[in-house]
Amino acid sequence: MIHFDNISKRYPGGHDALSQVSIRLEKGQMAFLTGHSGAGKSTLLKLIAMIERPTRGQIFLDGVNLNNISNRKIPYIRRNIGIIFQNHHLLYDRPVFDNVAMPLIIQGYRRQEIHKRVRAALNQVGLLSKEKSDPITLSGGEQQRVGIARAIVHKPLLLLADEPTGNLDPELSREIMDLFARFNQVGTTVLIASHNLDLIKQMGSPMISLQDGRVSHNGLPFSVGSSQEL
Amino acid sequence: MRYSPQKSSLLRSYFGHHLRVSLGSLGRLYKQPIATMMTAAVIAIALALPVGLYIGLANIGQVSSGWDGSTQISLFLHTRVKKGDAQKLVKRLEKHRDIKKVELIDKEQGLQQFKEISGFGDALKYLDNNPLPIVLVVHPRILASQPDRTTKLVKDLGKNKMVELAQLDVQWVKRLYTFIEIANRSIWVISSMLAIAVLLIIGNTIRLDIQSRREEIEVSKLIGASDAFIRRPFLYTGFWYGAIGGILAWIITLLSLMMMENPIHKLALLYHSDFQLSGLGAGNTLLLITISCTLGLIGSWIAVSRHLKEIEPS
Repeated sequence: MIHFDNISKRYPGGHDALSQVSIRLEKGQMAFLTGHSGAGKSTLLKLIAMIERPTRGQIFLDGVNLNNISNRKIPYIRRNIGIIFQNHHLLYDRPVFDNVAMPLIIQGYRRQEIHKRVRAALNQVGLLSKEKSDPITLSGGEQQRVGIARAIVHKPLLLLADEPTGNLDPELSREIMDLFARFNQVGTTVLIASHNLDLIKQMGSPMISLQDGRVSHNGLPFSVGSSQEL
Repeated sequence: MRYSPQKSSLLRSYFGHHLRVSLGSLGRLYKQPIATMMTAAVIAIALALPVGLYIGLANIGQVSSGWDGSTQISLFLHTRVKKGDAQKLVKRLEKHRDIKKVELIDKEQGLQQFKEISGFGDALKYLDNNPLPIVLVVHPRILASQPDRTTKLVKDLGKNKMVELAQLDVQWVKRLYTFIEIANRSIWVISSMLAIAVLLIIGNTIRLDIQSRREEIEVSKLIGASDAFIRRPFLYTGFWYGAIGGILAWIITLLSLMMMENPIHKLALLYHSDFQLSGLGAGNTLLLITISCTLGLIGSWIAVSRHLKEIEPS
């Protein structure tokens, strides 16, 4: 699903965020990305979501070489990905329902279909009763779950989460992780950046560790050194 | 993996989407009525000014349009010339190939007109006899655009023994036309400048709108919104500003015309004219609204293409 082939990313100013990173995450897998802040976790996710482009190397997403994707085509790549942020990025000028419906509206779904899917997504994160609420009135954990509902409402192939439990207490964090595990069980590929090692160990999914922009540990099966395309 | 738009599903909801976005933009404007009306009013005033000038000029053109064809030559006859001789002269002149028609204004008619127009009617009572000469008003076949032939005709007519003075009233008509031409050009200059002002007003308003919706734009880009999708509501906002501004400009023009109609009618009466102030007309109203909507679209397009690029998710 995700294949990093010898990826380096140098930001303007000379800071090397990633150096010669090669990883391979198969379709339907769930994995954690860990490391100290500044180790390159966010950069790696940004490269997948095409928020940044690599300085060197190739990234394949479901067999598509992202280097060949023009800026104009980026939106269509992103429609295959659900992205979850630490600070949820919800829009506070509209109710929960409208927030979750955004990916569907962008992709031109019809009204009945939007209603059906948004309610299904809210049901999956346990917030169906809050569809008319303003996001600002929800707790931190609930807001994060709205963010997750928005990320999965269009049934993406890949879920990316950047520190999704960063602001939550252990119990809520566990709930959120269980939610990701459930999406993974139905076939979605999941990659979660987190520095919460205790929680990661509890989940039992493979772990990739980054240190100073390099892979220091790769728990994924059959990965390093492989340059074979998916 | 899909990385191009799904044509069929997009097409199906394309018009519905446009309708929703368009109404959504209008709804946003409606939610901030004061801000919206202030911006629309500035646009309206900037549009109403050239429209008002245009109407004024169109009316002047209408008043003067009858004059070009009827350049007149006034022949003031010697006071000793009798009416009968004058009538014979009229008959003779009307056979001239360059003359279309000759009107005879005898002494009594002249006096009557003088009383009506000059307002010195009472003073005339103190005169023993009518001092006015018989006047022949000659309407030549030649147009004001052929000044040489006209001048020659005037010269010939002046040589007649009965004529004391032959006077051509063409010079001032030409001057008037030149002035109208200059005014026409200045309206174009003023209109262009004000159109640019409207573009800037709408562009700046949209720029502020984009800034205030920065978060929404960022999130939309992250979840795969195309540039066209993000651009659309702002373009519609610009369009609506143009439309509201255009309609307001039309109302301002209408009210101004209504306010001026009465005094102008009075003035026309003083000149014995049944002149009616003409307004914008349906065609020109449509043109005004079309132009203002287009300006709105262009203004927002400029702002959107400049400022949307600056907002990228990070």
